[in-house]
Amino acid sequence: MNLPADTAPLFCIGIAERVILHQLGVASCTTVPVLVSGCGWRFLCTATWIVILRRLRPERTAGHVNRLPEGRLMNVTLTDEEIAFRDEVRTFFQEDFPAELREKLAAGIDLSRDDMVRWQKILFRQGWAAVNWPVEYGGTGWSAVQKYIFANEIAEANAPDMIPFGVKMVAPIIYTFGNDAQKQRFLPDILESNVWWCQGYSEPGAGSDLASLKTRADRHGDQYVVNGTKTWTTLGHYADWIFCLVRTSSDVARRQEGISFLLIDMSTPGVSVKPIITIEGDREVNEVHFDDVRVPIENLVGEEGKGWTYGKVLLQHERTNIAGVARSKYRLRRLREKSSQSLRGATPLLDDRNFARKLATVEIELRALEYTELRTLAAVAVGKAPGPESSILKIKGTEIQQELDALFVEAAGYYALPYVPEQYAMDFVEDQRIGSGSETRTSLRYFNNRKASIYGGSNEIQKNIVAKHVLGL
Amino acid sequence: MDFSLTDEQSMLVDSVARFIDNDYDFETRQKVTQSDQGFSTNVWRTFAELGWTAMPLPEEDGGLGGGPVELMLLMQHFGRGLVVEPYLANVVLAGGILRRSADAAQKTRWLSPLIAGELQATLAFTEPQSRFNIADIATTATADGKNFVLDGHKSLVLNGASADLLLIPARTSGTQQDQDGISIFAIGGDTTGVERQAYPTVDGHRAAEIRLRSVRVNNDSLLGTAGTGFAALQDTIDDATFAISAEAMGILRALHEKTVDYAKNRIQFGVPIGTFQALQHRMVDTLMGCEQCQSLLYWAAMRAKLGGSDAQSAVSALKYQIGTSGRQIAREAVQIHGGMGVTWELDIAHLFKRFTAIETLFGNADFHLDRYVQLAGQAPRDVDYQRLK
Repeated sequence: MNLPADTAPLFCIGIAERVILHQLGVASCTTVPVLVSGCGWRFLCTATWIVILRRLRPERTAGHVNRLPEGRLMNVTLTDEEIAFRDEVRTFFQEDFPAELREKLAAGIDLSRDDMVRWQKILFRQGWAAVNWPVEYGGTGWSAVQKYIFANEIAEANAPDMIPFGVKMVAPIIYTFGNDAQKQRFLPDILESNVWWCQGYSEPGAGSDLASLKTRADRHGDQYVVNGTKTWTTLGHYADWIFCLVRTSSDVARRQEGISFLLIDMSTPGVSVKPIITIEGDREVNEVHFDDVRVPIENLVGEEGKGWTYGKVLLQHERTNIAGVARSKYRLRRLREKSSQSLRGATPLLDDRNFARKLATVEIELRALEYTELRTLAAVAVGKAPGPESSILKIKGTEIQQELDALFVEAAGYYALPYVPEQYAMDFVEDQRIGSGSETRTSLRYFNNRKASIYGGSNEIQKNIVAKHVLGL
Repeated sequence: MDFSLTDEQSMLVDSVARFIDNDYDFETRQKVTQSDQGFSTNVWRTFAELGWTAMPLPEEDGGLGGGPVELMLLMQHFGRGLVVEPYLANVVLAGGILRRSADAAQKTRWLSPLIAGELQATLAFTEPQSRFNIADIATTATADGKNFVLDGHKSLVLNGASADLLLIPARTSGTQQDQDGISIFAIGGDTTGVERQAYPTVDGHRAAEIRLRSVRVNNDSLLGTAGTGFAALQDTIDDATFAISAEAMGILRALHEKTVDYAKNRIQFGVPIGTFQALQHRMVDTLMGCEQCQSLLYWAAMRAKLGGSDAQSAVSALKYQIGTSGRQIAREAVQIHGGMGVTWELDIAHLFKRFTAIETLFGNADFHLDRYVQLAGQAPRDVDYQRLK
């Protein structure tokens, strides 16, 4: 505690006053024992904080609200540099996110593989493809605040995030646990979006109980021979490579041992990809079969048998990215705008008290989650690792996403019912459209996104993690 | 982006945390609730000595000029310690009205001794018919020369029996629910015609029904200009709503932590009950509830600093969340404590009861969600760094 020179006498007087007060006759004063029992200096500090506060308080200036003079607590305002950064990011998204893609998304049309790669290469050229990577591998070196700004701006522009499997999921494992040859071989192509990755964790018999996975990688000379099936492989039909957890040994004390982290070229003979059509009728995920697939041993990341540990690190990355606060903010604002307008001459839906209250409830939960995330980021900024509490972000974040999905369906009313996915294709004739805008898509999105509380470790698994590692149960 | 405390704030936390831990244990608190007065004069004196009664009041009025953050820190610890001393009634409610509405002479007369801990005061913010509408005031103040004559019934006046000074919103014009026409009077508790019917509340605090029968007061009892009292009343109630939400946060955190602790130690079927997944997931839910409430508390504190309708909206969002998540946290705490949770002996029951009282105070969750919805129509509320800038 550094006191300006002129406050020191007052500080001492403050102490003296209080001590005298307590020694004189205020015998019943409950704080006296504290003073006596050796926590004396603390007590003195606190008793005189009145004096200190009077002397040290910065002058208040009316109308000057960009600082909270009372404290740093809850200071989520931005510095001038951060404002400049925000403007730079905003301008970039306005000018460099291709109009063609913007229009597709606005019309509810899915982006193709080429569209996504095109956009990711634009992000790469800007140096923003790998926000979280260390600078030495091509990351941004941004502060937590800058990352927060970036996430908000990309959501506000309705521009897609990087497909996570390469840049957010396998790359951190490679640069953390891989050898130099692997870093040089894989990281640049991930950064430039030259190679599309997918994830091979879950199996038909290993979902939440991931450690029961059965895909085997048997060592034969300088190769592994891989046999087994991976499932729920998102966009696996687009992928060039897959990163897998495979069993390299069954002779282990714990099932989590004997699992290895292996990188596999999807074009290797014996790899086959079969579509799984999900609830909304689209192909998003796949089953990937491995039939005597020969993988060179240099594709093993880290040590054989340690894959579980690496995978857990990855899952934690996945969880911190999963809350989707910025996207939900954007969607919520859209929903508020849409529902406050009159559609087809009807009373705006927002005038319906029940709907307005439901919307408000989600908005409040989302605001709370945003601050919960900011608190986590602030902790990370002072050097604490994002720990199991990131599970909370996943649970709450997906609950909010799904609640928004449901409210969009409610807002669409009867026009949530027509199943007309063809009108979200490029060559659709506009005057044939059923429903307004993407109303008929709301239910498809709602169906599809039931996955959110299931993937990345189901929300029940997240609760197990929090119970064990945060609550210590 | 920074959620850490300043040195001064850390000292305040140390001070109040130490007080609760060392000098305000549960048994002491229970004894105090059984006393005639319902709170401890010695403890109140200590609050004044430590500067807590001055803390949220402006420096020019003899306070310390602490902001919402300081108030929040104090109230959270008062919550976990189940403090029954009338801090809310005196400092937040009466102090809040006086600092906003009183003139210099009135402040010297009433606010200074209040800060010094020598005057007990309160604000009578509700009437039997009002529920949560603070503008619904049937109590009348009729001008009679240089005097006013007050008639009416104020209900659930916190600290109402001990208060030397009663702040009474009364109608000088307008109809019963008009925001215009409300005037605030400061009257002595022993003024002729003031009838006080004291009672304990379910949470161990004290309140009173106060009937005003032709109470004749001088016009220097009127705070501010006649008929314009509503703004100060509303701002003060918003402060109080924020303050009790912070108090609730302290209670809920205590309930959650005590419950997790209990689940680790209570053995049934040969194992701690905390090993049962049916209970684990519920305690994770209550943890998430705590974190969501805490986040909104921070947000509301920041907004309170800035004022305006955003601040009102934030307070209502907070009180709604406290009311809904909090109810779940409190009920789970009792449930997981089993039979022990419903005994008078354990602090769990008393934390539960104080929380229940807070649920109702200044508007329940439904009321505040509706208020939030109304305010939401007025402006897009983004965490907008632009506006803050």
